[in-house]
Amino acid sequence: MRVVIWGCRGSVATPGPETVRCGGNTSCVEVSLEDGSVFVLDAGTGIRELGAQLAARGTRRVHLLLTHLHLDHLEGLRFFAPLFDPDVEIDLWGPRSPVLALKERIRRSFSPPLFPIDLQDTPAKVTFYDVPSTPWRIGDAQLTASLVVHPGPTVGFRIDADGASVAYLPDHEPALAGRFEERTRDWISGGSIAEDVDLLLHDAQYFEEEYDERLGWGHSSVASAVAYAEAVGAKRLVLFHHDPTHSDETMQRLEAEARSLADDGEDPPTIAREGMVLDLTRR
Amino acid sequence: MPTDRPKHLVHILARQFASNLATPTLIVDAEGQLIFFNEAAEEILGRSFAEHGEMSIDEFSASVAPRLENDDPLPQSRRPTKIALEERRASHEDMTITAFDGEERKVGVTAFPLFAQQDEFVGIVVIWWRE
Repeated sequence: MRVVIWGCRGSVATPGPETVRCGGNTSCVEVSLEDGSVFVLDAGTGIRELGAQLAARGTRRVHLLLTHLHLDHLEGLRFFAPLFDPDVEIDLWGPRSPVLALKERIRRSFSPPLFPIDLQDTPAKVTFYDVPSTPWRIGDAQLTASLVVHPGPTVGFRIDADGASVAYLPDHEPALAGRFEERTRDWISGGSIAEDVDLLLHDAQYFEEEYDERLGWGHSSVASAVAYAEAVGAKRLVLFHHDPTHSDETMQRLEAEARSLADDGEDPPTIAREGMVLDLTRR
Repeated sequence: MPTDRPKHLVHILARQFASNLATPTLIVDAEGQLIFFNEAAEEILGRSFAEHGEMSIDEFSASVAPRLENDDPLPQSRRPTKIALEERRASHEDMTITAFDGEERKVGVTAFPLFAQQDEFVGIVVIWWRE
């Protein structure tokens, strides 16, 4: 299993000289498996460059998993090259909503005055799926989705394949649901998908002092992310969804803080960086 | 691999909500398993949730012997928890129970169903009103 980070910025894209090391593109992660299947986690602006790469590779089928439909996780979809290729099939998975079907909710961003091309006029064959409440299989992979603490219907994803596992919780404020350090894993938001996972990509948008002023916004402090990873037994933590106001220098401080808080282990917490490649070897 | 029986996010949030209430509150999942009650409910029951643990709501109801004002057993068909679970509608009944500390207590019991995304039934909340 190979995990590539194409975008890890939170809230809004932040290109510029102060963010070149971590990158300014919003959430998008590629997970490719030994059987050749390609999973794309979220469609932030990072998906534009990934789409160009997939087109160059001749990829004909993409499994796109959306955690939720906040714009920073969706805005790149309109510029995703495979969507404009009639030979490509896209299976698009997202959280259910009590109000509108997934396709109709996504379609809003493909309509005037936001965009000139209607979703139904894009050439690729796109099939929309509500994520099931129980694990499901795609090829060699087992996928699990679970609703997690974040405003609006939001899920986290776990992929088990090739003898390894990755969990993706880019927008998550588990502390809002109580002190998870004192709870069994079945009572922790997203606990079923992050439990004992090899690689956890988790929201760590704020320093503690920033979090105090943003309680309930749906994101975690770095201390909370570290405590969460330990509570669920994640083997490696990659800090994700960087605050748009945080420069590369600030991110270095955030990583240092995470490492000072974490238990001494083989893999200390790391900040996500655009272009980062994580090869997960078979256990 | 993921936990066998993870709690639904609605249960996790309901527990946090109930933990901050002075109103005795119980949470039951869609399979009829009592999965949590708060400290205010512990006062009425005479036992903490940590001591009590999870159990089926039927077993729980039988153990507190709910009775009507004339001391007749409360018929199953009138139990608010059963109505909320099986008919998925709100229900209320006044009753007397025998708590785990042996004390008899009069309570009003309101139970109502919880529905998550796309009307997924995920369980019920039970509120006790002390007389």
